[in-house]
Amino acid sequence: MVYVRDGRDHFFTILFGDVTLFAEMLPKVLAGCLIGAFVTLLLPRELVARWVGHESGFAGLLIAAFFGFLLPGGPITIYPVAGAFLVMGADAGAVVAFIVSWTLIGYTRALVWELPFFGPHFVIWRIIAALPLPIIAGVLARIAVRAGFEYRGDVK
Amino acid sequence: MTLAINILLWLVVGTLAFIAAMRGRVLFNDGARIGVMEFVLLLPRIAIGVVGSGFVAEALPNEWIAPWLGPESGFLGVIIATLGGALTPGGPVVGFSIGAAALKSGAGAPQVIAYSTAWALYAIHRLMIWEVPMMPARVVWLRAAASLPLPFVAAALAMLLGRP
Repeated sequence: MVYVRDGRDHFFTILFGDVTLFAEMLPKVLAGCLIGAFVTLLLPRELVARWVGHESGFAGLLIAAFFGFLLPGGPITIYPVAGAFLVMGADAGAVVAFIVSWTLIGYTRALVWELPFFGPHFVIWRIIAALPLPIIAGVLARIAVRAGFEYRGDVK
Repeated sequence: MTLAINILLWLVVGTLAFIAAMRGRVLFNDGARIGVMEFVLLLPRIAIGVVGSGFVAEALPNEWIAPWLGPESGFLGVIIATLGGALTPGGPVVGFSIGAAALKSGAGAPQVIAYSTAWALYAIHRLMIWEVPMMPARVVWLRAAASLPLPFVAAALAMLLGRP
């Protein structure tokens, strides 16, 4: 479409820019994958489950959000880990806070993906605006569970 | 900047690999193998995402963005951006590159934040492809529902914080 509209030279300018961006991303993506793999293997999961279980209260949400920030890796690592937390007794609110935190303020994601596109200024600004969101989502999820939303039946 | 981030990331990799190696050779090999495998699996997706999204961004109707998503579009712009984010398909790069392109074409920063937040939290294809296969379905829907208001909260906070 761009080729037809803007001609051949423009097409190759964009293609070259994209390929350069791609090449710059590669070492970061590889680093992110390796960090994810090692942390998943090294993390004392039982301990985490105890910290973010049903009785963990508001502190549990904070801890879960913090772990979401800390734990690197893509969806391939994060969702299995979140699923494992559920099985080991973490409550849904904490898992929601964990995933939202990883999605919005996880640093590997911001460094690897967001920074090349937006630049540091915008990214930092966006992350500051996102800081309270995992807690809000976690509280909303706990309210829904308390109001009668049943999810334990799905947890194997 | 890019170099500093690369160094920082690889320092973290080195530290973690060292800890793993101290705990045993098997653990170290497992970590390295899983990490590299994930990287190889991601490669084609990233390639398509990066190269494709450059063209998507270029093909975006620029004259359409400023009036609907510009700084003057206010809350309606945030709603449109949130809907757009939820409906944007594609890998990790597409949403960011569309957001960056929209920002360059005159979209307001809070609107772009609403867009990328909605896209990151509940892009429909991602729920289907990643989350549902790996997590209990009801927890996924609970998480998506609890995330619904977040792009609006993020945009409101961004407006309060002022321009970046």
